[in-house]
Amino acid sequence: MTDALVQNLLNGVASGGVYALVALGYTLIFSVLGVINFAQGALFSLGGYLTYLLMGGRIGVNGALPGVTLPVSLPFWLALPLAAALSGLAALVVERIAFAPLRRRRAEPLLSLITSLGAGVVLVNLLQILMGAEGYAFPASALASLPVSLAIGEARIRTLQVVLLIVCALAVLALTLWLDHSRSGRALRAVAEDATTARLLGINSDRMVRLAFWISGVLAGLGGGLIGVSVSLAGPYFGMTFGLKGLAVLVLGGLGSVPGAIAGGLLMGLVEAFVPSHLSGWRDAVAFAILLVVLLLRPDGLLGRRAVEKV
Amino acid sequence: MIDHALLVQMLLGALLALSVYLPLAAGQLSLATPAFYAIGGTLAALLSTRVPLLAGPGTGLSGADSASFPLLSLLLEMLLAGALAGGLALILGRPVLRLRGIYLAIATIALVEIVRVAILNLPFTGGAVGIFGIPQVFETASGYLFPALGLLLLAGWGCQRLETRPLGLAMAAIRDDELAARCIGINTTRVKLIAFVLSAVLAGSTGALAAHVFNTWNARQGSFDACVATLAFVILGGSRTWLGPVFGGLLLTALPELLRPLGDARLVLFGLVILLGPLLAPQGLITPALLERIGRWGRWSRRLP
Repeated sequence: MTDALVQNLLNGVASGGVYALVALGYTLIFSVLGVINFAQGALFSLGGYLTYLLMGGRIGVNGALPGVTLPVSLPFWLALPLAAALSGLAALVVERIAFAPLRRRRAEPLLSLITSLGAGVVLVNLLQILMGAEGYAFPASALASLPVSLAIGEARIRTLQVVLLIVCALAVLALTLWLDHSRSGRALRAVAEDATTARLLGINSDRMVRLAFWISGVLAGLGGGLIGVSVSLAGPYFGMTFGLKGLAVLVLGGLGSVPGAIAGGLLMGLVEAFVPSHLSGWRDAVAFAILLVVLLLRPDGLLGRRAVEKV
Repeated sequence: MIDHALLVQMLLGALLALSVYLPLAAGQLSLATPAFYAIGGTLAALLSTRVPLLAGPGTGLSGADSASFPLLSLLLEMLLAGALAGGLALILGRPVLRLRGIYLAIATIALVEIVRVAILNLPFTGGAVGIFGIPQVFETASGYLFPALGLLLLAGWGCQRLETRPLGLAMAAIRDDELAARCIGINTTRVKLIAFVLSAVLAGSTGALAAHVFNTWNARQGSFDACVATLAFVILGGSRTWLGPVFGGLLLTALPELLRPLGDARLVLFGLVILLGPLLAPQGLITPALLERIGRWGRWSRRLP
């Protein structure tokens, strides 16, 4: 009994951590630009595939270069941050192509929703051309010398899940510390508070926007790599599901709220983990049902600030 | 290049685009269209495969291949599907439309996902395979051109009338400035609700028609991808006149099919169109200014001998 409880709790916190990563990525961009980057799910996929390739994974038969591997074969603890950093670079490209031109033109923010979706569609389908539509599983030896499972009291848990949890916690911790205590983190929050005033105070707001995009790409890439190694890469579209769930978490926590995104992610993961197994088909709807209920009761999210009505 | 089956699909795309356009014309970014489309399609699929009465006298349920399903039953299904979708929209609309901007968009995406998972898991909707062998009304795809075109003309006529009617003017006022609209005495909640319900009715009946066109119906018909696609129809075609979404729907439904020779690269190209469209034509391809110019040109050319 307690065994199942521990297992469910752990599963919930683990997937909740990944949801929080994705939602934090949305949050950063939303707080500085007031828009949502719909390419986030595609960047999540990219992170997963890059981690796979950097670890020496082979391209499948349906890919453009069947059987090819990269000339490197890095250990997981090196491949993951590298893949995440590269996903961050891809996010910068998305910013340059899909967001910057619209911002320069002061166009309707709604349009960036479409352009970023377009960027996501391009990215996912490039992945599909290169890697094929098939799923990829990481080698069982992904964590090299670490044991496959650990015993905590009565329960046995997978080491991968512990690794996933630790990485998520570290990423979230690093991000909060950076936002609260570093010079550039505070500059980013200043831009989020009021871009014009921040500019008057000598903050380069364009640089801050790019920084927000890079970090959000890194967070998405981390999530993709972690899910890839602990579950599998279920085709190039696998990140889209997480992108959508992250969106639900984002709203659940209140747009632009960092603690809200973390709390929302954990809550969502836990609730999903405790869906009874005979109803598992409905699991994907739980997040969105919670989202709808919360929105209807509290239109600004659980921890969101009420927007000031214009007069 | 463009065969009749594709032409029918293009018309369906134009109908869905109009369904997204209606709330947007009142300033509401609702992406709920695929949910109501899926509900309408599921209702039609269930009715036509389960209710012998609809299949007409003497045919029973076995005549699925022989194109013997009465046109009248199809129209009845479209009506019922529209009514069901509209009724649901009426119930859901009041709470959902309290949300603004991106919150509304995300809430409606949530709605679409919930409907998709429900259709996938309910005991009577056929699971992942869906409902297949939906009886055909016409021998060939070209037959469906008539109901599809009819529905599109009806919807287009309605949208055209809206442009000069109080309801349409109220919608335009809300779109331009909701607070100001409320100040001049427009019941904004009611107007937004009407736009939302009209959108759902259109999506529901389109779904009922589509179920027969495609012959099979499953949960994949209404997914997040469909939200993306239908929104792209409207943004690329232009959201300032109803002709914009129609054009966008026709064009973007045809595009992936016309690009099929390119294989996998066609979806990359489709993504590029969505990505670059708003950058190159922020107002969409069909703008009121363009229509004005065409109109002027029309009047001018008529004056020529």
